[in-house]
Amino acid sequence: MSMILAVAKNRLMNLRRDRAAFVLAFVLPVAFFSIFAAIFAGSGRSATRKVAVIAVDEDGSAGSRRFVEGLKAEAGLSVGLKPGDEKDAAGPLYTAAAAEAAVRKGEVPVALIIPKGFGANPIAFGPSADRPQLSILADSSDPVAPQVLAGLVQKVAMTSMPAALARSGMAEVDKWSGGLTAEQKARMDASLAALDRESAPSAQSTPKAGGDAGGGLVAVAVRDVIGEKKKNPTVAFYAAGFGVMFLLFSAAGAGGALIEEAESGTLDRILSTRVSMTRLLLGKLLYLTGIGVAQLTLMFTWGAIFFGVELASHLPGFLIMTLATALASSAFGLLLASICRSRMQLVALSNLSILMMSALGGSMFPRFLMPEKMQRFGLITLNAWAIDGFQKIFWREEPLWSIWPQVLVLGSLGILFFVLARRFARRWETS
Amino acid sequence: MTAESPLEVRNLSKAFGERRALDGVSLDLAPGEILGLLGPNGAGKTTLVRSVAGRVVPEGGSLRILGFDAGDDRARTVRGWVPQEIALYPLLSPRENLWTFGRYQGLMGAALEAGIASSLDWVGLADRANDKTDTLSGGMKRRLNITAGTIHGPRVLLLDEPTVGVDPQSRERIYAMIGELKSRGVSLLYTTHYMEEAERLCDRIAIIDHGKIIASGTKDELVRQTLGTREALTIDAGAPIPPGLKEKLLRRGATVDGTKMQLSVDNPAEQIRELLELFHSDGVPVRDLTLKSATLEQVFLQRTGRELRE
Repeated sequence: MSMILAVAKNRLMNLRRDRAAFVLAFVLPVAFFSIFAAIFAGSGRSATRKVAVIAVDEDGSAGSRRFVEGLKAEAGLSVGLKPGDEKDAAGPLYTAAAAEAAVRKGEVPVALIIPKGFGANPIAFGPSADRPQLSILADSSDPVAPQVLAGLVQKVAMTSMPAALARSGMAEVDKWSGGLTAEQKARMDASLAALDRESAPSAQSTPKAGGDAGGGLVAVAVRDVIGEKKKNPTVAFYAAGFGVMFLLFSAAGAGGALIEEAESGTLDRILSTRVSMTRLLLGKLLYLTGIGVAQLTLMFTWGAIFFGVELASHLPGFLIMTLATALASSAFGLLLASICRSRMQLVALSNLSILMMSALGGSMFPRFLMPEKMQRFGLITLNAWAIDGFQKIFWREEPLWSIWPQVLVLGSLGILFFVLARRFARRWETS
Repeated sequence: MTAESPLEVRNLSKAFGERRALDGVSLDLAPGEILGLLGPNGAGKTTLVRSVAGRVVPEGGSLRILGFDAGDDRARTVRGWVPQEIALYPLLSPRENLWTFGRYQGLMGAALEAGIASSLDWVGLADRANDKTDTLSGGMKRRLNITAGTIHGPRVLLLDEPTVGVDPQSRERIYAMIGELKSRGVSLLYTTHYMEEAERLCDRIAIIDHGKIIASGTKDELVRQTLGTREALTIDAGAPIPPGLKEKLLRRGATVDGTKMQLSVDNPAEQIRELLELFHSDGVPVRDLTLKSATLEQVFLQRTGRELRE
C-alpha cells in the first residue's frame, strides 16, 4: 500500500511541476464550463436570450397598436419598430421590405408583419380564408425564434381578445337585445365551443416554416426568407465553424515546429545562414496559410459532395474568406509558438485559447442563438468574424463586397498576430 | 592582419547580466589554419563561437570574417557553422536536409544539386541519401551535421565539438574530413574537450578562461611558455622506498609516495644517472622508470587551475 501511495505522490509532485498539465486538468475545464454556462444559462435574467423581432404594423389601428404593445411587454421578445432610434418619436417605422432585408442580413432572426384589417378582425374561428393573416418572416438557420414568436403571438392575442371576453359580450347582447333566438344561441354556442377548442393547448398547431399556422386563434403564416431553398441549411455553418477551429489547432501545432527547431539547435543554424528571422517567419506563414486554404477547401468540397453545401456557386466569396481565415489562423499559430517556451506550454496554451475562442466565437454553438451580450463579446475572437463571413456568403447569399468588414478584420488580425509573433521571436535572435 | 584575414577578432567583449562572458578577446586565424579553442565550461568558448557565427552581438570590439562584419550577408556566405547539437531535421532525408541548408545558404539549381551530390559523397552517405535522418547512426548524423555546414563551400568554418559522443572509428573519419577541409584552404576554429584531438589536429591552440584568452600558440610554445622545458620523471621501486633513500630523494625536490618517486627534471640524461646511482648505493632495486614530456593537459591545468572536463 505504501508503494502505491508513493507512486501516487510521485505523480502529484510531477503534476505540480508540469504547469501545462495543470492548466489542462484544472483551468481549462473551469474556463470552458464558465463559457458554456454563460451561453446557455446566463449569470442572471439579463443574460437570458430574448428573441429579437421587428414588428411592422401595416394596420395602424387601435387594436393592432394594442397588440404590438402586448408583444413589447413580453419578456421573451425584444421588439423593434424603427430602423433608427426606437425612442425617437418622429423616427420612420420599418416597412415590410426593410424588415425582410433585416432578416436576410441576419440583423434579427424574425420579423412580424401585421396586415391591414387585423385590428378590426383579429380573431376568426377555424381555418377560414377571410381573416387577416399575420406573417412571420424567418431565417431558417434559427429554428427557435419563429416558434417562440408564433406562440407569443397567440398568447398576446388571447390576452387582448380572450374567449371569456367573447362570452360576456354575447351574454350582454342576449340580455339587452331581448333574447337571442334558439337558432342564434345554437350558433353562438357552436362558435364559443369552437373558440374553446381553438384555445385548448392540445389543439394549438405548431407553425411550420413556409406553412400556414391557421390552426391558431390568430392566423399566422411563417415564411423563411433565408435558406428556404437550401438542401441542408446548417451544414455550411458547421463547415465554417469546425473548419476554423481545426485550422487554429493545426496552425498552432505546425507553428510548434519553431519550438522544436529552437530546442534542437536547428533554429540557431538557420539564423546563421542567409535566412533572417523575418524571412523564416514569413516562410512559415506562407506554408501555414497554404495548408489552411487546403484544409478549408477539403472541408467545403467534402460538404459539397456529401452534404449539399453550394460551393461551386459561391466560389469567389469562399476563396476570399478562406484566404483571410487561413492567414489570420496561421499568424495566430505562429504567435502562440513564439510566446511558448516548450511544446508542452504550447499544447496547454493552444488548447485553452482555441477552445475558448471556438466556444465564444460560435464554432461549437451558433452565436445567433447566444444571449446578445455573449454575441457581442464573441466578436473578440477571429472565429466569429470568419464564421460571419462564411455565413454571409453561403447562407445569406449577400454580394461579395458585403464581406469586407470580415475580410478587413481577419486581415488586420493576421497582420497584428504576425507583428506580435515577430516581436516575441526576438528572443531567439542574436543575444 | 589585412582585411583579407579569414578571422580577425579584436578586443571583443560581451556580458550577460553581471557575468562577463567575453572580456577583451583578440585572436586571428590564418588561411588554411586550424585554431583549437580550449577552455573550461563557462569560460566564454560558446559565446565567442556564437559571436563569430553572428548569433551573439558583442558589446565592444570588432569581429571581421574575410573583412566582412559578422552580421553581413557576405560574411554568412563565406562562413560555415557546425553547431555542437545535431541541428538537422530528423524526419527529412540527408538529401532533403542538405537541400534545405544549401538553399538557405543561397545555393540554387545546378550548384545546389552539385553541392548535395558532392556533400553526400564526401561524408559517405550517398547510399543512405533518401533514408530518414533519424534512422542514421550517431556517427553518420555527426558527419551529415558537418557537411550541412560546409555545403556552400565556406572559407571559414566553425566546428563546435564535432566528435562528441562518436565512436573511435567515426572519429577517425571525421578527423580525415577535417584534414581535407584544411587541405582545401579552409580556415577552422575548432572547439573541443578532447586534449589529444586538439594536439593532433590544431596548428595553434588558444586557451580561454573567464572571458579572456590566457594563452595561445602551438602546443610546444604553450608547454614552453607554461611549464618551461622540464619533464616528469617517475621511478618505481616495486616495494616501499626505505626512509634513508626517501630522505635523500626529498632533499633533491622529489615527491615520494609509497613505492614511487616523482621529480621534475630539466636535464634528464644527467639527473637520471645520478638518481639511479642513488638507488643502487642504497641497495634499492628499480623496477620501472618513465620520463614524460609535459602535456597540454598539464598546461591547461597550470593555466586555468581546472581540468578541461570540469
